[in-house]
Amino acid sequence: MENFTQAGTVESVTCPFCGLLCDDLTIDRDAAGNLNVSKNGCQKSITFFGRPLRSPSPRVDGKQAGLDAAIARAAGILGNAKLPLIAGLGTEVQGMRAVMSLADKAGAVVDHMNSNGSMRNIQVIQNSGWQITTLAEVRNRVDLLVIVGTDIVSLFPRFFERQVWNKESMFGQETSKREVVYLGGRNVNTAAGIAPDGRQPDVLPCDMERLPDVIAALRALVLSKPLHAGEVAGIATAELAKLAERLKAAKYSVVAWAASPLDFPHAELTVQNITELVKELNRTTRSNGLPLGGIEGDMNANQVSTWISGYPIRTSYARTYPEHDPYHFSTERLLAGGEADALLWVSSFNPERIPPRTGLPTVVFGHADMQFEQEPDVFIPVGMPGADHKGIMFRTDSVVSLPLEQLRNSTLPTLGEVLTAIEQAL
Amino acid sequence: MLIKLSGGKIYDPAHGIDGQVRDIYVRDGRIVERPRDGEHIAHEYNLSGKVVMAGAIDMHTHIGGGKVNIARTLLPEDHRQDPVPHSTICRAGCGHAVPSTLTTGYRYAEMGYTAGFEPAVLPMNARQAHLEMGDVPIIDKGGYVMLGSDDQLLRMLAAQKDQNAINDYVAWTIHASQAMGIKVVNAGGINAFKFNQRMLDLDEQNSYYQVTPREVLKTLARAVHELNVPHPLHVHGNNLGVPGNIETTLNTMAGVEGYPVHLTHIQFHSYGTEGDRKFSSGAAQIAEAINKRKNVSADVGQILFGQTVTASGDNMAQFRNRNAGSPSKWVVMDIECDAGCGVVPFKYKDQNFVNALQWAIGLEIFLLVEDPWRIFLTTDHPNGAPFTSYPHLIKLLTDKTFRNEVFATINPDAQKMSTLASIDREYSLYEIAIMTRAGAAKLVGLHDRGHLGVGAAADITVYTDHADREKMFAKPDYVFKDGELVVKDGQVVKVTWGATHTIRPEFDRAIEKEINKYYDTYHTLKADHVKVTDQHIADDGRGRVQIHACQGRREKTA
Repeated sequence: MENFTQAGTVESVTCPFCGLLCDDLTIDRDAAGNLNVSKNGCQKSITFFGRPLRSPSPRVDGKQAGLDAAIARAAGILGNAKLPLIAGLGTEVQGMRAVMSLADKAGAVVDHMNSNGSMRNIQVIQNSGWQITTLAEVRNRVDLLVIVGTDIVSLFPRFFERQVWNKESMFGQETSKREVVYLGGRNVNTAAGIAPDGRQPDVLPCDMERLPDVIAALRALVLSKPLHAGEVAGIATAELAKLAERLKAAKYSVVAWAASPLDFPHAELTVQNITELVKELNRTTRSNGLPLGGIEGDMNANQVSTWISGYPIRTSYARTYPEHDPYHFSTERLLAGGEADALLWVSSFNPERIPPRTGLPTVVFGHADMQFEQEPDVFIPVGMPGADHKGIMFRTDSVVSLPLEQLRNSTLPTLGEVLTAIEQAL
Repeated sequence: MLIKLSGGKIYDPAHGIDGQVRDIYVRDGRIVERPRDGEHIAHEYNLSGKVVMAGAIDMHTHIGGGKVNIARTLLPEDHRQDPVPHSTICRAGCGHAVPSTLTTGYRYAEMGYTAGFEPAVLPMNARQAHLEMGDVPIIDKGGYVMLGSDDQLLRMLAAQKDQNAINDYVAWTIHASQAMGIKVVNAGGINAFKFNQRMLDLDEQNSYYQVTPREVLKTLARAVHELNVPHPLHVHGNNLGVPGNIETTLNTMAGVEGYPVHLTHIQFHSYGTEGDRKFSSGAAQIAEAINKRKNVSADVGQILFGQTVTASGDNMAQFRNRNAGSPSKWVVMDIECDAGCGVVPFKYKDQNFVNALQWAIGLEIFLLVEDPWRIFLTTDHPNGAPFTSYPHLIKLLTDKTFRNEVFATINPDAQKMSTLASIDREYSLYEIAIMTRAGAAKLVGLHDRGHLGVGAAADITVYTDHADREKMFAKPDYVFKDGELVVKDGQVVKVTWGATHTIRPEFDRAIEKEINKYYDTYHTLKADHVKVTDQHIADDGRGRVQIHACQGRREKTA
């Protein structure tokens, strides 16, 4: 169908570089296969699609090598390891399926580069569950949006354009009247939350590490518990009480957070206080959580790991059956504790997500532009899903998945091809 | 390659064969009449004294899609009770309430099942459902796609669009989601919950659209019929689990005005309000209504005692039941102006009055519905119990003594409210074969499965004729999938990959213009990107799509 060797323009392209998976991009391709976002771009998609097409050869011990030799060496490293760790996992669904198959065969642990964040959410599901919604519901229904600890847009640039200030909504709501509240964080960029008519969002700032107190207080107020403190982390209790009342009065409030910026000890308990206050609101009105994620394929990793093993990532096949432990099987712990004895690192979307420094034998399946501080034993450049080859990607809400298309010719193999070859060589 | 299955007792209700001894020949995955002149028989299985049936078909089992994966995420403690190591041919995983995908396929095959149908594929989540089912080995799969609370349909009903436009939209959705049929869950209720309605009875209006569940059901039942979809409209009724919902269920049967309709997990919709606790069995009335109305079929959704998890599209009902669950945690979602879901773990207890009576109600329905072609053996896996409990359920149905022994141990107040002990019926092997094979294939619209006639796919299960039917059905001697021996003595011996069954009803493509406009205006993705392609299903060379004729229900099988 598509002639990738010629310059051309592709419409309705899906962008895999954040969890929103906007699928309305127009991309121009030159005859050499370089891409340029010409419509509906954001800073992320322009940067990521805009990297020039390169096809470096694999390297073994820092020297150029053929793909077969690199695969053989990678299989050797994996075969010699007692507890290999397959981490990073920046890939799409088919690549992740290949990761799981290889991990089962090799007795490996799987962990994602963003799982410090995503585990905060998964632990909440495992402990108490939650009540959440998806992007199209937000787009058509939200009347009060409370954003906890993030500006959203530095991670998800087009969120407000597509989900909040959209011109038309399905149920006759004037979207410009939507209310936006930023809760927590310091110097949060709230520009995107300004309504089209210039109305400013409400901002209740606090230090990030005080968010646990603030959210706990808000939950207590939603539960109509009396609070004696006059302020919490610098926010007047009266302001929080007003927010609690607004949440109770709203018809379809949405409380959004991104787990990765909640980078303080036991942030999962703060996520849980968010989700439990949402559950409480639903006794009388409708309210939903909106966990924002899906960057570098973390939703793909969790979804595929869950259906294939029964558990999300941070799962080990070392004992021939899957075992899951959110603490024990973290990349940091396995490397720092000296338990893992080989590292396989995957980052096919982002050249900047390089593996952690380690003295272990390391194999990297990475974006062609990846630059290392520490050359791995084996580097196999792989195609970028959604540009160099097709794929499937899960969105932030973990419900919608979108097909990724091939946009150009690339000589780079897919992650799935490489991992399958390694599995066969074991 | 030709194989011969010699001397088994054949139970093939599609052809009226009830335990007669016959030989079966299989060539290249299909059943053939006899060898060609001089043709070499590559392998002969002596099945003398064995029971031979077509591979079983589970016509309603939650094996793929978002809510199943949410259920898995919710229950690590349950998985830990049943770790599944890898073997030389099978991959690792976990079992029990919501098994991992690979384990799901192995365990179904090891029970003699060769197909399972996911009954709640959301259009917005259809790709995930197929991806998960793509990692379910050996068995065939397929799905029914959910409509009825999607804003698109309700907008069309509110705007009083004509039936042809609705039929086109329904057909487009079947294509886009690669489905075998249409499911409706709490018609309009999932949508009403988003507007903060907490109940929606058959004639209650959605507060925004002013559309009633009755209108949704009637319109969809008619659409399914007019599109010649073989599987009748698959209905999860309104008011699931509510005492007194028997009225809603009886009215639902009447409300489709004679169009074919399948009422799923009807046990959960057969409750009266009699007795001290205002909770009673409506089984007799429900069975009587099914016996009378030939357009109605049902599967039971039997509960069995123990830990499981309920995963449903019905977020309104699941939110209502959230505090009855155990362990105490739950997920409820609004989904994409399309649907919803609710996942609540449940532990059914034999000494709990309600649970014990639910158990009895399910069995009463099985035994009081006269026509085994219109009642189907399900636990609504995993909602009533995990599918691995089917052999136990078959024993309850085929062995009155055993049934009454169990009945005598359940909550005494529940015993007093049930007529179960007075029912003498025992299902025969022939009737079991109807419920789990011939009838299920006919209901789903699989013309080449569920029977052992010439031309059928060679999905064949061979059992030892134990008096203990639980033992018999738990561990078949042989299972053949498309002619290949995949299970021997209840263990997988070969891993194959089954087909995904779909239909492609004809429709006027002009509807796409309206659908595209709707998506571009209100949604966060393009309508084209909702479509699941054959490539998404068959991508890694393991799956394949099998398209079935869309010519209405066939009464006769070849």
